[in-house]
Amino acid sequence: MSLNELTAHEILGLIKTKKTTPNDVYQSVISAVREKDSAVKAYVRTCENNADLATLKADAKFPIPTTNKDNICISGHETTCSSKILAGFKPPYDATVIKKLKETGALFVGNANMDEFAFGSSTENSAFGPSRNPWNLDCVPGGSSGGSAAAVASDQTIWALGSDTGGSIRQPASFCGVVGVKPTYGRVSRFGLIAFASSLDQIGPLTKDVTDAALLLNIISGYDPMDSTSINEPVPDYTKSLTGDVRGLKIGIPKEFFIEGLDPEVRQAVEAAIEVLKAKGAVFKTVSLPHSEYSVATYYIIATAEASSNLARYDGVRFGLREQAKTLRKAPIIDMFEETRDAGFGAESKRRIMLGTYSLSSGYYDAYYLRAQKVRTLIKNDFDAVFADCDAILTPTAPTTAFKIGEKTDDPLAMYLSDIYTISVNLAGIPAMSLPCGFSKAGLPIGLQIITKHFAEETMLRVAHTYEQATDWHKKVAKV
Amino acid sequence: MITKKDVEYIAGLARIHLQDQEIEKLTGNLEDILGYIEKLEKLDVSQVEPTSHALPVQNVFRDDVVRPSLSQSDALKNAPQQHNGAFKVPQVIE
Repeated sequence: MSLNELTAHEILGLIKTKKTTPNDVYQSVISAVREKDSAVKAYVRTCENNADLATLKADAKFPIPTTNKDNICISGHETTCSSKILAGFKPPYDATVIKKLKETGALFVGNANMDEFAFGSSTENSAFGPSRNPWNLDCVPGGSSGGSAAAVASDQTIWALGSDTGGSIRQPASFCGVVGVKPTYGRVSRFGLIAFASSLDQIGPLTKDVTDAALLLNIISGYDPMDSTSINEPVPDYTKSLTGDVRGLKIGIPKEFFIEGLDPEVRQAVEAAIEVLKAKGAVFKTVSLPHSEYSVATYYIIATAEASSNLARYDGVRFGLREQAKTLRKAPIIDMFEETRDAGFGAESKRRIMLGTYSLSSGYYDAYYLRAQKVRTLIKNDFDAVFADCDAILTPTAPTTAFKIGEKTDDPLAMYLSDIYTISVNLAGIPAMSLPCGFSKAGLPIGLQIITKHFAEETMLRVAHTYEQATDWHKKVAKV
Repeated sequence: MITKKDVEYIAGLARIHLQDQEIEKLTGNLEDILGYIEKLEKLDVSQVEPTSHALPVQNVFRDDVVRPSLSQSDALKNAPQQHNGAFKVPQVIE
């Protein structure tokens, strides 16, 4: 086994016993990228020099090759959200998660591909073209953190950051057979994460196993005065929750998630996972999240409204692309705004900006945005009611395995519905994760989603780790 | 019912100069998506408070003290055009 195929906790063990060095691990990852990324296209940009290695301190706690998502600011390193409109943008500061990672000795490998501004479920909306699923190069890796998930799954990194607004960490983790965590809203600082929908966005880890997810969560979690929505709750050592003991834990199975549209192979895999956890002593009961069928509609009002507002800043003035108008239509500066935004945004970004602008516009606000915020309350209340009596909820992460590249690009609504099991979690602000729970007959990974209440990441990781230790799905390697 | 005229009006609000074929396509897309979203009308929400934020966080203040911030040159570094320490834009006032 070569070093790039190992987990962070395995590497840390080898470094500690002097069996390897951070330099050897980094070089192994870089050669994997050189060898595989022309096929996988996980990265939009790799770090041209190994600057982090040159300045690495001997006592660094986590000198681990780390992949960044292209919407998280690294000072001086081009960050574009896979959009033409941010071409050439070099952030003048580090995101808080990057600052924390640098302090522990992270070695950045590069920025991973994504759907433009995280708008999508397949990475097909990237201005750089789609990434490929390492398990089948004709399939999408999921999205929007598809590049991050594909990089982890193809051992072109050790671990990666993603961001999750409606499933953008968990769905690609599911499609690529890796572990992905969406923490509680406010658990991880969003400072330096280029905003999509500010009330839903959260940064989280994509890793090869649950132990690494706990380790990376330890590094990036915590209150940050630079993000007024981050919460001042103590950060536990998440690795301490990996006890392997789920005896007596009450886990709810929401009946609304096991209906029409769920692929039979996914259903079987999730039902088998329930049996594994039952054998470990967890207690299961059927629960109801009655407003589940409204979550996608609610999300596409709230998320696009917030996005249309957040993306107003791309106007050709302070950063990124500027297009000059060829003829005068309205006024010179308005024409510049309008030409810049037409040339800089891709089709899905325009669609979402338009939808969000519409639902916030005069005369429609009450009917769309305000109504969606009220339904958001109902969705949140559904979870509160279940968690009054359950420690966790278990569901499939996505209704299907990875779909073919091009399969859903002409049908935005079908694409939106691929996030049907993940979206309500963001609306409620609670934590959830995906981990591998099997493979389809076609050899594509299937993901299991574990959801807990606010700040109950420890319970979530405990359930995930117990399941993982009883199975060996996480040890399967995609051959690229 | 979303018309081409609606799409042109929204594009104006959103400051995007859409091409004719984009307007055509978006009219159909928005019609489909808003048709799907109509399902929210089935719910009675007259007694429900809206949620703008998933956690009960209100009035987050910080101390009113001067802190380091981006320098002028750092703030201007990514500007497509700059002049005399300011962002340069096309003519605004006649």
